[in-house]
Amino acid sequence: MTRVLLLALVLAAAGAAGAEEITLPPDHPYGALKPGPGSEVAQRSCVLCHSTDYIVRQPPGDAKQWDGVVTKMIKVFGAPLSDADARTITDYLARQYGK
Amino acid sequence: MTWFDRAITPNEAFFVRYHVFPIPTQVDLATWRLRVGGHVDRPLELSMDELKTKFPAASVTAVNQCSGNSRGRSSPRVLGGQWGDGAMGNAEWVGCRLKDVLAAAGVRQGAAEVAFDGLDKPAFPSVPDFVKSLALARVLDDPNVIVAYQMNGAPLPMLNGFPARLVVPGWYATYWVKNLSDITVVDKPFEQYWQYWMKPAYRIPDNPCGCVEPGTAPKATVPIHRMNVRSFLVSPAPGARLAAGRPVTLKGIAFDGGYGIREVEISDDGGSTWRRVSLGRDLGPYAFREWSAAWTPPRAGAARVMVRAFNRIGESQGTEPLWNPSGYLRNVIESVEYPVG
Repeated sequence: MTRVLLLALVLAAAGAAGAEEITLPPDHPYGALKPGPGSEVAQRSCVLCHSTDYIVRQPPGDAKQWDGVVTKMIKVFGAPLSDADARTITDYLARQYGK
Repeated sequence: MTWFDRAITPNEAFFVRYHVFPIPTQVDLATWRLRVGGHVDRPLELSMDELKTKFPAASVTAVNQCSGNSRGRSSPRVLGGQWGDGAMGNAEWVGCRLKDVLAAAGVRQGAAEVAFDGLDKPAFPSVPDFVKSLALARVLDDPNVIVAYQMNGAPLPMLNGFPARLVVPGWYATYWVKNLSDITVVDKPFEQYWQYWMKPAYRIPDNPCGCVEPGTAPKATVPIHRMNVRSFLVSPAPGARLAAGRPVTLKGIAFDGGYGIREVEISDDGGSTWRRVSLGRDLGPYAFREWSAAWTPPRAGAARVMVRAFNRIGESQGTEPLWNPSGYLRNVIESVEYPVG
């Protein structure tokens, strides 16, 4: 809740009548990915569609969990990832966010 | 949670959740139009002025709650946005009735569902756009389903759907499509098209509780729909130090999926005995209902106060959380602990 509040409060709704424009706040520091092999690939690939705070707060999981997640991102959500990058990301997540 | 000691959630405190990126950050009403098309006699392109002048304004005070609110508390844990309890809010929404808009467009014989799309568009064509649908029978005669252009007396904030969003009182927020741009009447169930956000996403086990044995998968699923009963004790805040024998006022809110709250009760003995509390002003069956109770911590030590609500058809909350793989529908009886000195 606190995070949502901060997000909302930081946003300044601007604009003349009829036109509305906002600037999104920067990502929260707590969402930064842990360093480690593959973190750069994960960073540049995942943020094409979502911020990394979505990753770091998931329940920790083994390689099977993370392989399932990465496969879902590709097959269901249409993430444009090469097979090699997908493997790199899965290994990175299982190592840094494993059980 | 501090915002939930009152019935109306301020716009700047309202939760935000999108599904595809990038999300809209600017809208110009000079060019924005709400397109109404598909299986209709007269396709429409409505400006905001037309929405406000061609249709009577309707108002409804209603809770908007994410299907996965409180998902972070699922045990065993599940993947998805790890919400606490803050993915909910209650606002007064003003707009035009969806049924009036559909009547103006002239829904044709054989129409089955209505699909809703907003300005949030995926960055890649391979990513499924966020589109939701409702059965025509669900919306056609419900005067409370509105295309809202006002939230708590102000234009909708950009991140809560400027300039218009669908409001489906009693049903989870997944149907409340933000930054609305297209209403399309279709002649067969929408999930038969390839549409990720109606199937397989946002579905619950096809049984009365919407739950399965923790850690197992459901055999059959249906789209998530009406909200269940929830209640929260919000003030004093959890962990506040209280004095034995000194009365305090407990405050919070309760809500359900549109029948309205009949009764809220608290217990300070682990659920053995329950005491009815006072309900605040009735803002309608879809709204947060404030409640309050004078309560005196009986003795020093750790006190735990539980709260539960009943709606007008007798539905309530359970002592054990119900579980499903998506972490939806959580409505276990909540409790708050206070150190008492």
